[in-house]
Formats: sequence, C-alpha cells, structure tokens
Amino acid sequence: MSGIKLLSKEAYQGIDKEIAKYPADRKSSAVMAALAIAQNELGWVSESVVEDVAAYLEMRAIAVWEVATFYGMYNLDKPGRFKLAICTNLPCALQGANKTADQLKALFGINFNETASDGSVTLKEAECMGACGDAPVVIINDREMRGKVSVEDVAGLVEEFKTR
Amino acid sequence: MITLEINGKAVEVDSGSTVMDAANKLGIHVPHFCYHKKLSIAANCRMCLVEVEKAPKPLPACATPAAQDMKVHTLSEQAKTAQKGVMEFLLINHPLDCPICDQGGECQLQDLAVGYGGSGSRFKGSKRTVSTKELGPLVSAAEMSRCIHCTRCVRFGQEIAGVMELGMTGRGEHSEIMSFVGSTVDSELSGNMIDVCPVGALTSKPFRYAARTWELARRKTISPHDALGSNLTAQIKGDTVIRVVPHENTEINECWISDRDRFAYEGLNATDRLLSPMIKVDGRWGEVDWASALDHIKTKLASPTIKPERIGALATPQATTEEFYLFQKLIRALGSENIDYRLRQADCEVSFKAPWLGMRISDVEKLDRILVIGSNIRKEQPLLAHRIRQATKINHGLLAFINPINSESLVPTAKDYLIAPSRVTGLLLQVVKAVCLSLGRPVANVLADLSVESDAEQIAEMLVTGEQKLILLGSFSLHHPDRSKIEQISHLLGGLVDAKVGLLSDGPNSLGAESTNVLPGPNGLNAIEMTDAPLDAYFLLHAEMGADSCVPSAAIEVMKSAQLVVAMSAFKDEVAEYATVMLPISPFSETAGTFINMEGAVQSFGPVAPTKGLSRPGWRLLAALGKLFGFSTFEYESIEAVRGGLKACLDDLPRRLQSQPNISNKVPISVSAEPLLIERLSDVPMYSVDSIVRRAPALQLTKDALSNYVWLGSELAQELDVVNDDVVRVEQQGNSFELPARIDPNLVRAVVRIPMNSHASRVLGGVGGSVHVVKLQSRGAIA
Ligand code: SF4
Ligand code: FES
Ligand code: FES
Repeated sequence: MSGIKLLSKEAYQGIDKEIAKYPADRKSSAVMAALAIAQNELGWVSESVVEDVAAYLEMRAIAVWEVATFYGMYNLDKPGRFKLAICTNLPCALQGANKTADQLKALFGINFNETASDGSVTLKEAECMGACGDAPVVIINDREMRGKVSVEDVAGLVEEFKTR
Repeated sequence: MITLEINGKAVEVDSGSTVMDAANKLGIHVPHFCYHKKLSIAANCRMCLVEVEKAPKPLPACATPAAQDMKVHTLSEQAKTAQKGVMEFLLINHPLDCPICDQGGECQLQDLAVGYGGSGSRFKGSKRTVSTKELGPLVSAAEMSRCIHCTRCVRFGQEIAGVMELGMTGRGEHSEIMSFVGSTVDSELSGNMIDVCPVGALTSKPFRYAARTWELARRKTISPHDALGSNLTAQIKGDTVIRVVPHENTEINECWISDRDRFAYEGLNATDRLLSPMIKVDGRWGEVDWASALDHIKTKLASPTIKPERIGALATPQATTEEFYLFQKLIRALGSENIDYRLRQADCEVSFKAPWLGMRISDVEKLDRILVIGSNIRKEQPLLAHRIRQATKINHGLLAFINPINSESLVPTAKDYLIAPSRVTGLLLQVVKAVCLSLGRPVANVLADLSVESDAEQIAEMLVTGEQKLILLGSFSLHHPDRSKIEQISHLLGGLVDAKVGLLSDGPNSLGAESTNVLPGPNGLNAIEMTDAPLDAYFLLHAEMGADSCVPSAAIEVMKSAQLVVAMSAFKDEVAEYATVMLPISPFSETAGTFINMEGAVQSFGPVAPTKGLSRPGWRLLAALGKLFGFSTFEYESIEAVRGGLKACLDDLPRRLQSQPNISNKVPISVSAEPLLIERLSDVPMYSVDSIVRRAPALQLTKDALSNYVWLGSELAQELDVVNDDVVRVEQQGNSFELPARIDPNLVRAVVRIPMNSHASRVLGGVGGSVHVVKLQSRGAIA
C-alpha cells in the first residue's frame, strides 16, 4: 500500500540512505532516523507522518507510534518557533534547572509541553544530555545546546528570540 | 541435556531451556505475568524472580537460561522477598477494584496478590489513571488502569495473530497499551488477547458483567463453525451458554480459538429459536405437539402426489455424524437417493476424494512448500493460517497464493499471484506444463500449445524443490463453478511434484457427511439439481436455503412450490418463509454428537446445556421418524446405539482418507476460453458461515461481517470513478441490483466481490460469472 507521500524527495532519499545501513529484511531498523528526518523537515511528527513513515518502512503504524511516543525528542504536536528543552535530571536540578524553568514558564505563561499563545516558544522537560558539567542545560530546536542557563540568563534568551 | 537443581530436586532439560521451563517440568510453580508458553520472552514484569546460588541478585526465571549444575531456589527468603517487592510495585498503580472488575475470581494478579501482596499499601500518593480505549465490538479495553504492562497482548498480535494491532506507547509511568489512534482490533483471533491478559484490562465485551466465574458450569465441546474442530470449554449459567473459551489441544487448536468459535455462542440464545413443532395451515403458522406434527408428515407423505423418488434431502455440514447417518438412512428407507450436504458447491459433478487436509493439522508446521489455491485463509481458517505462518517461520517454508484477493499480511514473504477466478484453471495448467518441462516429463498434447507465463514458472519452480509440500484448496476453489477441474488439476500437480493435496471443506463436519454417505446415490440428484426444478417434498436438516445455498433464490423458489417441506432446524425466522412443517432440533450445544475435522479426527461431545422448549436432539427426532414410518431398523434408544450403527462408516474412514484420488480422465482438461471482463466473486464471509454465527450480534458488528456492499479493487474503482459509498449498479444476465460500493485494495482488478448470501447475490442468482458494473450516483447524492 502506498500512502500519500508527505515528505520531499530529498527526505525520502535520506531515509533510503538509512535503510541501506541495515539488512534488506530489516527496513524497520531505520525508523528512528526516518522520524528524525521527517521532523527536521516538517517540524513535528503528526499521526499522518507516522502512517507515512510506517508505509515507507513496511511497518505497522502502531509500531512506529510506539517509537515516536517513547522518545521525548519527537514533537508529537506542532511546536512553537523555538522549542526549549530543559534538562531537569539531578545534576541540572541541583544547579537550579527548576528555577530557570519556572522563570521561563512565568515569562511565557505556559507549562511544560505547552506552547506560548503567540507561537514563539514551546517548553519541554528533558532528560540528561550527558553535559552535566554545564548544568543547567537547555537545547534549542533539538540542535543548539546552551550551558549554565541560570534564571538571570532567561531575559537575554527572550531578547535573542525576538531578533532571530 | 543439562542437569540442574530446583528447590533441591534435580531435573534434566534440553540446552537452551530456561529456568522457567525446568521448573514447569518439575511441576514447581513460579509466579509470573509476562511469561506465556506460546509467546516470546519479554521478562518485563519481574514477578518470576528466583534465587540462583552464586548469582549476586535474584534472576527472572523466564529469561534465565538453565545451566549445568545450577542451583535454584524459588521459595527461599531471597526469592520471596524479591517476589513480594515486585508485587508491591505492581500494585502501586493498580486500581485494586476487584469487586467491580470482570476478571475478579479468575485474575492472575488477584491470585498472586493474595499470595505475595501485603495486607495494606505503603504507597500514599495518588494512583495514575489510564484512559479507556475503544477496540471494537469484541474486546473491551474500558479499564486500562488495570493494565500491568506485561505486553502479552502486544506479543500475541505480533507473533500469533500476525498483525500488530496493539502497542505500548509512551515510556515509564506514561506507558499505555493502545491501538494506533482510534483504530479497532480487527484480527480474527483477537479474543485470545482477553485470555492472555492476566488482569482485567482486556475483557470480553459480550460477556462483561454477565456472571462471576464461580457461578459457571464448565463443559467441554467441539467447535461447530469450521473443520478445524477446535476444542472448546462452554461455560453455562443456569441453562444458558454465556461464554466460550479454548480447551487446550496441542494437536488441533493449541491454546487458541478464533473469534468465531469464541463469540458465536450468542447465536444460541437468539430470539428466533424454534421451541415447538409448527405446521403451516392456509399460510399461517401454528404451534402443535410432536405427535400431531409427525402425524401430519406421515399423512402428507402417504398422499399419492408425493412420489418417493421425488423427495429431496438437504443437510448442512453443521449436522453431527449421528444426525447425518440417520438422515440418509431415513431418506433411503423412504425410497429416495436425492441426498446431499454440499449446498454451497456450484459444481457437484465429480468428486475425486473425500475433502480433507491430506495431513495432520500439527504437521502443517513442518511443511516447506505451501501453495494455497483460492482461499482467504486467515478469514476462512484462522488457526490453520497460524500453522501456515509457523511453517514459514520455523522451516523458512515458501508460501504462495493463487487468489482473487491479496493475502494481506499473513506472511510478509508470501507470494501472491492475484488472478480472477475464471483464469485459475488456465494458470494451473501452465504450472503443470512448467513442472513437466522442469522435471523432464512428457507434456500432454492438450498443453502443447499453451504458453507458460512467468507466474506459472515461478510457482512451478517453488513446487519442484523442497521436501514437504502441500497444495491447499480453499473455499473459493470449492465454490468455484469449475471446482472439479481445479481439483483434478491440483491432484495431477500434486502427483507430479509429490505434494499432498488438501481440501478445506465447509462447516465442521463435511467428513461426517462423506463417511455416512450423505451424497446422492445411483440416479439421485445432487444439491444443485434438487434446486433446479421443484421436487414433491423436501427434508432440510439445519439448512437455511437463503443463506446456506449457493443459489438462494432458486432454492427458495423450488421449496415454495413443493407440497411438503420439513425443516429440522433450531431457528425459525428463515425457514418459515418456505417450509410447511418446522421441527425444533437442538443446536450442537444441546445434543450429543460427533464431528470429524479436516484431519479426520473423530471428536465426540455431549450436550453442554439442556434442550430448550420442546426441541429435541436431531438424532432422536430422526429415529422417531424412522419408527413412525414403520421401518424396523430405527430402534435407537441412546446416542451410543446410533454410534454403534455408524461404526462401520467410521472404521472405513482412514482407508478413504489414504486412498489415491481417482483422477482418471474425469473432467476433460481443456485450456479455458477467453477470460471474462469483470466477474463476480461470491464468497462466504466468515461470520455468515452457519445459522448460529449469523445470529451472533457482536460478531455481526465487526468489519468482517459487512455484507450489503459490492467491493471493488482500487484499480477498477478508479476506472469507474467510484469512491467508498457511491452507489453502483451490478448487472448480470438481465438481473440487476443497486448497492453502495466499498473499495478493497486487496482485490484483483477484474473482480467485484458480492457475498454469497447477500441480498444482491440472491437477486443476481447463480455464482460467479461475468457482470457489468456502472456507477449510479456519488455518495453525497443519496442524502
Ligand atoms: S492489557 Fe493486559 S495483556 Fe496487555 S499489557 Fe496490559 S496487562 Fe498485559
Ligand atoms: S543532568 Fe542535565 S545534562 Fe545531565
Ligand atoms: S514472568 Fe519473568 S519477568 Fe515476567
């Protein structure tokens, strides 16, 4: 069954490259990479994208859905322009991650897993990024890491987003 | 072999076994949830922790390989502490709502909590809740907070049903069992998830809140819905069967049953159960007592206008062997040879061999080459499909289908040769030729000019290699207008490549009918001929002509013009249309009987519930009729006496099954003419197979039960510009019918599927053949 193709040609080519890394009857091994490629292109992983990836990898949609819901890095809702994932695991927490988070929440009027009403920022709670030396750690749009983000730094971030 | 010690007892197991296997062998119970003997090992519940000497901490018995000289303790202090600890964690988020839980009394969590749980909870926080899931009419997932995340239901879908329909989404304490956004569970084996679920998260929708397990009587019986002959346990409250669950039989159904076997019992309690003999006088039905009903029949038959040789007798393969035996004996004593049980066979001409699987059911797993001709096997024989899937898994067997409809996801590596019914014989002949060429055998003259396409070459290539082979003919072949040709060529092919040929027959007891000779005798008419032109009188055993005959309208027509139609039936609504006398007989659940399954296993059963109203077991009625007519050999006081009478038939069965098929020039082999443009496929949907299933409300709500549609393949739909629910007109030989369309991407282009017993099929008449389809209006236009 060929579903409706939701991604660009380049994206499918990228997925093909990932598929090629595994034995021919193990296409499903490429599922995480495929979802990441899809998210990179569309910004999030919708249910129809899950179905699309499932059809492409010859998997059941529920099997792809399991993966997409297991990992926090996949956005299952459309995120704001800036997705801030702040680590709240122990070392970051000890260094004040929760205070930073509270400040962000107050400034944008949102909770974890919510998006500001102007669509600018989505706040996510993240697990250890292996960068505990720089605690508290924030990742912007899955790609850009900021270390030692204290309550005082929050205002600067907001200013920065306005100009980006 | 490995020797180890559990609780001080030595045990020997195969290498590769687990500690759990070893404990099972010793009969030592290790508490567990996620472990299931037929499923893969997940080791995620940790309930089975045991102490292993020299291991630093407790190990899960289900996932720990047994090792030489291992010393295991399942009851030591360490083991018990671990098990109690796990139980405490499992109960933290469990709602503990046993008093209102449908699983109460038969719940593994409840049982083990009594053994390992504390009397109070140390956990003071709030418990998490999980939202209700809607999975369709059979399986309820209304209380998912009870789920302990053992993933048995998920693994069942992946490994046994072959389709992953449930999954575990989220992570950690956010994990939930669900289907993909709102889809229902449609597997034909879905009910087994209720059995494997160790708690009350997945429960049976039709059964919920009907009874507590300890109120139920349990009696063993045999499935009356297909020829697998699954062993069942019927559970009875008062006089009523209110649940059916599997009775394990490794040789036949293992520990599974199909949804049809599980949920069809609802039909036994249908509102139109026939509870008293009834006679139609001046077009009106009236209840009478048994004596007057039988007298009425006797008087009618004595009238000179009813000639003995113009009596027709039709039974469905739902009848027990005892009923079949007495039925044919009675009709033959009355002087007629017009006897048949093959109501759905359009081609009753020649038969080559008794219809059976050709091998043991459990041996199907050992096959390495399987060619299925004309069967939607998952829907037709759900558990045989599971065995076939096992063959491809265990033996890496090759599997191919010649079908008008794609096999969907039975086995991803299976080859589907999609082809319209009218072209099947042509393709098979090509395969024969290709096989001959490849084996260096002479090619028959008729095939000399036949060109062999690549499909046929591939099939031939598959069949000439391999060791254990089966060619399996399913219901599309059985009901095909050219059945005898397909069967003959298959036997020919089987002989050439040394493959067994298996035939999937209708109903639970076709072999019972064959062995007791419920078949036309010399000069007797077969089922089709009996419906061609009216006879004087008809006797029907379990048969509902509108739904059980492949030519429903013709069959009803001839019944209506007969002088006497005696319907021996458990239900009245359908037969009331054309019968003149209705005699209430017991369905399988209220009589003793015997079914012979597809592998020739003779399985007898007793009644599981008392008879309803004035209804009587069929064998008693038939014996009484025999006596009434004054035939001296109808003195049967007990079911054992009937079984004694038919013993000779059964003794002869093994010989018949092992005999060579008689294929000497029965049907002239010819290369078929031009294929038809668009043809009709009249299948029997899985939940229409017999009178009980047809009356089971929950099964009728499933997607598989839809019948008032015409299904088109995607390609044809596109050509005709049809989308789901557009109205189309189907025309065949001057008859036409209008109904909404459905698109089935699995259908081959040149075929439209119209279920055999649908109203449309009745109007069109006949089976198969060329049809004309036009689009009438788009779905919006109807409203
Ligand atoms: S629903 Fe039942 S079978 Fe499925 S994971 Fe939960 S407890 Fe296990
Ligand atoms: S705990 Fe925050 S990065 Fe490791
Ligand atoms: S039964 Fe062993 S971990 Fe669940």
